[in-house]
Amino acid sequence: MDHTLKKDDTYYESIIKKGHSRRDFMKFATFITAFMGYESSVVGQVAKALETKRRIPVIWEHFQECTGCSESFIRSDHPLVADLILDSISLDYTDTLMAASGHNAEEAKQESMKENYGKYILIVEGAIPTKDDGVYCTIAGRTAVEILKESAAGAAAIITFGSCSAWGGVQAASPNPTGSVPVDEIIKDKPIIKVPGCPPISEVMTGVIVHYATFGTIPDLDSMGRPKQFYGKRVHDSCYRRPYFDAGLYAETFDSEEAKKGYCLYKLGCRGPVTYNSCGTMGWNNGVSFPIKSGYPCIGCSEDNFWDNGPFTERLVNVPGMGIEATADKVGKIALGATAVGIAGHAILTNIAKKKEMKVAHEMAEKNKNRIKD
Amino acid sequence: MTSLTHNYKRVYVWSIVVRLFHWTTAFSTIILIITGFIIADPPAINSNVEATNSYWFGYVRAIHFITAFILVAVVIFRFYWSFVGNRFASWRNFIPFTKKGISNIWHVLKVDILLLPDKDHKLSNISIGHNYLAAFSYLIMTLLFVLQFSTGFALMSETSDFWFTNMFAWILPFFGGDILTRYIHHISTWIFMIFILVHVYLVLYHDYVEARGEVSSMISGYKFVRAERFDRSRPEVEENN
Repeated sequence: MDHTLKKDDTYYESIIKKGHSRRDFMKFATFITAFMGYESSVVGQVAKALETKRRIPVIWEHFQECTGCSESFIRSDHPLVADLILDSISLDYTDTLMAASGHNAEEAKQESMKENYGKYILIVEGAIPTKDDGVYCTIAGRTAVEILKESAAGAAAIITFGSCSAWGGVQAASPNPTGSVPVDEIIKDKPIIKVPGCPPISEVMTGVIVHYATFGTIPDLDSMGRPKQFYGKRVHDSCYRRPYFDAGLYAETFDSEEAKKGYCLYKLGCRGPVTYNSCGTMGWNNGVSFPIKSGYPCIGCSEDNFWDNGPFTERLVNVPGMGIEATADKVGKIALGATAVGIAGHAILTNIAKKKEMKVAHEMAEKNKNRIKD
Repeated sequence: MTSLTHNYKRVYVWSIVVRLFHWTTAFSTIILIITGFIIADPPAINSNVEATNSYWFGYVRAIHFITAFILVAVVIFRFYWSFVGNRFASWRNFIPFTKKGISNIWHVLKVDILLLPDKDHKLSNISIGHNYLAAFSYLIMTLLFVLQFSTGFALMSETSDFWFTNMFAWILPFFGGDILTRYIHHISTWIFMIFILVHVYLVLYHDYVEARGEVSSMISGYKFVRAERFDRSRPEVEENN
């Protein structure tokens, strides 16, 4: 058997050529089907699609980022998942992982984009700076905005990996010095699947690609543009500490007895109740753990603008434009206090200003009192 | 001013529907504020019970949600009632953009808020139902209430299968996610508290200064109106007791 990978190989062919058995392949199909949230009867459909469909070319662009999403991705715990991205899904360009560099890499990308025009998936990692003509992120002498527009033009769909390309991330946090924006603020005419997280869970990243590869459609998205199968539930709703929340058992400090007992971290600012992600069900590092399980509150890393909604370990975020430590409750207490003082002042002034008319009314009422029949 | 004391006549102003609405709203709002603050910052009861055997925070949330549904129901009903209720319950009271409404607002601002002397003593300036400024403040509170329940139901929508709460799901992306939606929900609670303070004070103020039964009117439904304000061409009502 010829073991060289060809561009028009099916997923199955490429997996077998890599030396995996059919049993491995079926295990993978079962595993990824479960991760995508489908019932076991879909396993056959997934396997069939992977057997017969040509691998989808993927262009993976890196802009303003820390490469943490790629790091998360390659740490996918299932061997075939790593293979899937590195070989099976025909990753034609990713400047971090590909062997080629410089002109060769750029040429390979241009060639693949031309050849697969309208068919490839564009994966974007990192935000895109727009300030000062986008000079804050350039690759091979061209700005991120320019590269994104060029790559997006021929893409069938765009997947944004990580909070930066989905929401803007850390570089878009206040004061956003480079004018960074997420992908959907630049590309408006392509289907965009947001896979936020800082970084996203690797199985979620793979699952989204496999979904597209299997069904040829983008997954069902929620109102914020995220695939429902992975972002349909709040971390809070799948959190194993949820019984402590409902029971009203909370840890108030990190070094307390309650923290050791594994009480709910709600009062330590846990963003689980406002964060949509699969951490509670899938976990990280082969399902070993996730932040709450490790004793630290969720910081809401897959939510829009999470950097600015600090401090992380407090429930209430600061009021923008009112200086640090100005939470809504402090401002509210001051406003309520000021109202009470104003009311007290008004009450005193009422007795002075309305004295005459109240006195007249009172005197007449006093006289009427004397007219009452016994 | 004549030397005679005024004759006041009892007028049925607040129908039982309006009164029940008022008190349901008042109690629900207070319950929502209290449970809301508990939810925002629950007391850490470091109990030794097993989590399985305790559910108090779950109940607090349940009370918050149930009360919210009750409040929405009565507000929707009150909206309907503003078209079929009596003249004091009508929606027209809440839209002050008429000549009469604006002049009444000026009067209330001058005489009751800035405490300036009332020089003209025009009887028609004294409102029988709501004064226009108060009614306008209720309109603003209603709009704030719409914001409050739409953000609340939006936060509930993601874990709810109820079509009513799911109607508000679009609010989340509109405000940019759960964190900000929750934050707006929290801030407007403070505005409700400030409103309650001002509202209660002004009711007490009117009763204190005018003594027309302002406070008890929301219990009995009656207010006392100067005899001169009645249409003399219409027959006098005979009271038997």
